[in-house]
Amino acid sequence: MGFIDEWKKRNESRIKETKFTLSLFRHSLLSMIGLGLIIFIVLIALFAPYLAKEHPTYVRLLNPEGKYVTEERWDIHFGDKLLPPSREHYFGTDDYGHDIFSMIVYGARLSIKIGLLVVISATIIGVILGAIAGYFGGYLDELIMRITDIFLSIPGLILAMAFAAALGRSIEHVMYALIIVWWPTYTRLIRGQILKTREETYVEAARSLGTPDSKIIFKHILPNTFAPVFVQMTMDLGNVVLNAAGLSFIGLGANPGTAEWGLMISMGRVYIFQAWWYVFFPGLAIVLFVLGFNLLGDGLRDVLDPKLRR
Amino acid sequence: MEDLLKVRGLKTYFYTYEGVVKALEGINLDIYKGESLGLVGETGCGKSVTALSIMRLIQWPPGKIIGGEIHFNGKDLLKISEEEMRKIRGAEISMIFQEPMSSLNPVFTIGSQIMEAITLHQNVNKKEAEEKAIEMLNLVRMPDPEKVMNQYPHELSGGMQQRAMIAMALSCRPSLLIADEPTTALDVTVQAQILDVVQRVNKELGSSMLLITHDLGVVAQICDRVAVMYAGYIVEIGTVKQIFKNPQHPYTKGLMNAIPKIHVKTKRLEVIRGVVPNLITPPSGCRFHPRCDHAMDVCKKKVPPVTKVEEEHYVACFLHEGAK
Repeated sequence: MGFIDEWKKRNESRIKETKFTLSLFRHSLLSMIGLGLIIFIVLIALFAPYLAKEHPTYVRLLNPEGKYVTEERWDIHFGDKLLPPSREHYFGTDDYGHDIFSMIVYGARLSIKIGLLVVISATIIGVILGAIAGYFGGYLDELIMRITDIFLSIPGLILAMAFAAALGRSIEHVMYALIIVWWPTYTRLIRGQILKTREETYVEAARSLGTPDSKIIFKHILPNTFAPVFVQMTMDLGNVVLNAAGLSFIGLGANPGTAEWGLMISMGRVYIFQAWWYVFFPGLAIVLFVLGFNLLGDGLRDVLDPKLRR
Repeated sequence: MEDLLKVRGLKTYFYTYEGVVKALEGINLDIYKGESLGLVGETGCGKSVTALSIMRLIQWPPGKIIGGEIHFNGKDLLKISEEEMRKIRGAEISMIFQEPMSSLNPVFTIGSQIMEAITLHQNVNKKEAEEKAIEMLNLVRMPDPEKVMNQYPHELSGGMQQRAMIAMALSCRPSLLIADEPTTALDVTVQAQILDVVQRVNKELGSSMLLITHDLGVVAQICDRVAVMYAGYIVEIGTVKQIFKNPQHPYTKGLMNAIPKIHVKTKRLEVIRGVVPNLITPPSGCRFHPRCDHAMDVCKKKVPPVTKVEEEHYVACFLHEGAK
């Protein structure tokens, strides 16, 4: 006990701050709903093997480019084709007799993976390029920002489509395409934040103490620019998944037979009048996922904004 | 007395959209070992730019030191590399700023910030750095230093924040401390405490100080010598006694007259007429001549040379030229 008390005493201020942030967050209803949705989806993804009735098998294949790839395969049961929702199949079945509930549950894993990978990669690129542009300025800034402008001048989905089409149909390529579309936003955002924070007195004070540039950027500037970046990341987790689903829908994303929400809607589109459940449940999954992250992001903006805090 | 810092002909310009702001036009300044020099003048006369130029912290763009020499312990600070300069900042020359609240990083505790300043220049482990940080906080008479170590800047009062800032600046025992209006943002009772701390700690560590202020009372209280700045020039420099008892430059005289005196009954406070000149298009010759009651023709044409009035007392004014 003595050790814990010691720790509590040493970190009194930290604990107080964390408690205050949490209490602010708890009082915002919408962000709590968002957080609830996200926790729900994450739990489903974590326990997918226990929840689902059917499970995919993974096969290693040699693709046309001569590389081994792992592909997802679902067993086909033509006898169970397009069954409506029932106790046996909660969300019905699709035109290959797959259980839609199982596919949505496994699809949650894929969506979270796409969202996290794309957003984190884009943020890392954005932090590096934005920090260089914002802190050092001059020609380097000009160069980086003009390249960013070129990327931003092309509509995001069109650019992602172009890259996805050029790279070939695969869910990995969708992620690359989305990273290419998303990094300029982060570079812009982080550069702007750094330009603002760079002028703060405490940065000048750090410089007057002989702090090296790298330490000024990582210790004094970046932690103070993080709030809006974090909000943007949360919001984008939903948007990235929406775009990935969009690409899959138009046939530039996941390979047929994969449990990907956008792809499932695309396949079910043909049967929309005979089997409403085929498009409805994947659509609902996408809506809840995107809504959850948007609500959470919105709530975080209020909580993390120092001007709204006190 | 021995020189610690010797500034010669320092010129700093800012290249802005409206034009070139000639912020410093050849500053000459000496700081002796162990003394405190006050630098006074109106807002915008170049006091802070002088300090930042000495630290080589003028940001380009828009500012640039375009000429002069800054000799510190025999080294010309304008000739050494950025890396060498970085090692001098904090270790040999330190600075404290006007706004204590914004000079501390809001996301780290006071302790981690002071410890960072210590580990930057001294080869010590975390435990030793912590001990040193607490020792520094004790030195600036911070109440309950162990607790403050783990507190965030916003939990402290302005006076305590400034104490923490002083502890941080002095943690590597620099030989020169530049204090840029350290008490302007604090209320009067706290001002006195902070000034007392700065003065005492400085004496204990044996370091020199450049105190920038527009408060003549502060200067009289803690400085040994005073330099008076006007629009990018140092117009008069001397010991506190010489400047206060025997001001020579019309501008210094104006400043002295503008101090309200308790025992003299006056209806209105005397002011220096006119406004501080625009430094993009400064007045020709002596920059003070449009506001000066004693302006002569020569004042509009030539920059007045520095003339020695008495020992340690120099003035840049045509009224005194030839009064050697």
